[in-house]
Amino acid sequence: MELCDLTIHELHEKLKKREIRSLDIVDSVFKRIRSVEPKIHSYITLTEELAFIQAQTSDAMMEKQKDFPPLMGIPIGLKDIFLTQGIQTTCGSKILEGYIPPYDATTVEKLKQNGMILTGKLNMDEFAMGSSNETSSFGIVKNPWDLERIPGGSSGGSVAAVSAGECIAATGTDTGGSIRQPASLCGVVGLKPTYGRVSRYGVIAFASSLDQVGPLTKDVTDSALMMNLLAGHDPRDSTSLDEKVPDYTRSLIPDIKGWRLGVPKEYFVKGLDSEVEKSIREAIRLFEKLGAKVDEVSLPHTDYGVPTYYILAPAEASSNLARYDGIRYGYRQKEATTLIDLYKRSRTKGFGVEVKRRIMLGTYVLSAGYYDAYYLKAQRVRTLIRRDFEKIFENHDVILAPTSPTAAWKFGEKTDDPLKMYLSDIYTINVNLAGLPGMSIPCGFTKSGLPIGLQLIGSHFQEEKLLRAAYTYEQSTEWHKRRPKL
Amino acid sequence: MKLSPDEVKKIVELARLEMNSVEMEKYSTQLSNILSFVEKLNELDVSGIEPTAHAISVPTPMRNDEPAKFKNQEEVLSQAPDREGRFFKVPKVI
Repeated sequence: MELCDLTIHELHEKLKKREIRSLDIVDSVFKRIRSVEPKIHSYITLTEELAFIQAQTSDAMMEKQKDFPPLMGIPIGLKDIFLTQGIQTTCGSKILEGYIPPYDATTVEKLKQNGMILTGKLNMDEFAMGSSNETSSFGIVKNPWDLERIPGGSSGGSVAAVSAGECIAATGTDTGGSIRQPASLCGVVGLKPTYGRVSRYGVIAFASSLDQVGPLTKDVTDSALMMNLLAGHDPRDSTSLDEKVPDYTRSLIPDIKGWRLGVPKEYFVKGLDSEVEKSIREAIRLFEKLGAKVDEVSLPHTDYGVPTYYILAPAEASSNLARYDGIRYGYRQKEATTLIDLYKRSRTKGFGVEVKRRIMLGTYVLSAGYYDAYYLKAQRVRTLIRRDFEKIFENHDVILAPTSPTAAWKFGEKTDDPLKMYLSDIYTINVNLAGLPGMSIPCGFTKSGLPIGLQLIGSHFQEEKLLRAAYTYEQSTEWHKRRPKL
Repeated sequence: MKLSPDEVKKIVELARLEMNSVEMEKYSTQLSNILSFVEKLNELDVSGIEPTAHAISVPTPMRNDEPAKFKNQEEVLSQAPDREGRFFKVPKVI
């Protein structure tokens, strides 16, 4: 195995023992990027020169210190939705091509302070709207396990890069499943924390009441290490929660004896692929073998999640995306003669098809006369969905479910039918509506070699339980150790 | 739920977008399908149910209204597609 195939904690051990230098890791990662990036296209912007400079600085610092942060000297990629001072940030959209932010997102600031090496900005669905990474203005990303298939979305570039060794770990965002679903389809670990657990300051907004930042890693230990850095209150984000941040690595205990796990019956219905179901059922049996008690539970409003989401998310998006007017930043259509004409032409040329579709949908449901019938009604249904979960968590520790109803599909299969695409997020969306933490971990492969993901869902602020259950499972399986052949 | 051509035209206008008739027709069909799909919510009686505005019950955080100087003013202005000195430049309004 090359250095680029190792995890954060494995590399940290080697750095501590002085077996390797940060420069060696960066060298290995960029060698891999040079060899596989033309096939996969995970990145929108590469920052190779900066990475080598940062590695030199890190090596010099580590030479003087016995102890240093786990991320020191480790190459990390950032989804191109995080603002990075002085480095192009596009959010996968032509409207922001060439945009150089004047400041860093809080997440970026924290990672930098802890010595991460930035490999570059990762490809994504335009404004994080998509389930397959086919809507990026900068071209599609391919699944490293099968180049004819999608990597999932919207953090498709981030998961593909982690899976292929083009960075050691990455950050993503999850509005309706955009961390968990691609993690599942590319065989990596993706954690969406409780809404408000991680600051959204400097993260380009899609649907503000649902968006949440989280780590994409090769294993559960790395996920805990990243969470230690990402979580925490940020006064610059008024939705960020002022709750104490635990040391998440303390959750890495391989024991869940006596835990009660719930399996929602509504998640095992028509549409769930038989190979995926088989792997999920086997994972559930393993949890039982490891000492947990598994019950069938019910989330009666499950079917209402996708329609609720497709009112709320576009409504919030249409409002958030009103700021792209071609005046202060971003693309401007030069021929416009009046102000309104400038807005219209710039937005029409700058936004892609899916973004326009959602802006129009959101504009409609928020327009005069329709607000109560759509937006307000959806907010009320959201309460019912949240209550379903709360009831289960009264006497269960964690919910187990599939992450995605199928393994990765082929390019173009769902692009002409938005509804078909929207339904691919059926198992992840309700978790965002309820603001809960959710996690996807590798739990098997289809006969044709495509990864399958198991989803763990916890109550608010129960990331520690998710990590502990996931870690327990991971210690008894080898799925997370497989790497795609490229 | 079928959106009429006039309704689609109105949405396009409100969203500050432009569209030709072919695109309009395509979006009209897709939006109509999505709106029919979300009608599913009408199966539920939600009278008396509080809407969820924030998934976690937390009070609105308060802070003092203290102005602070933004350090990178020039960097912000440098991103403008068109500017004049310290101003963003736009086509004639009046």
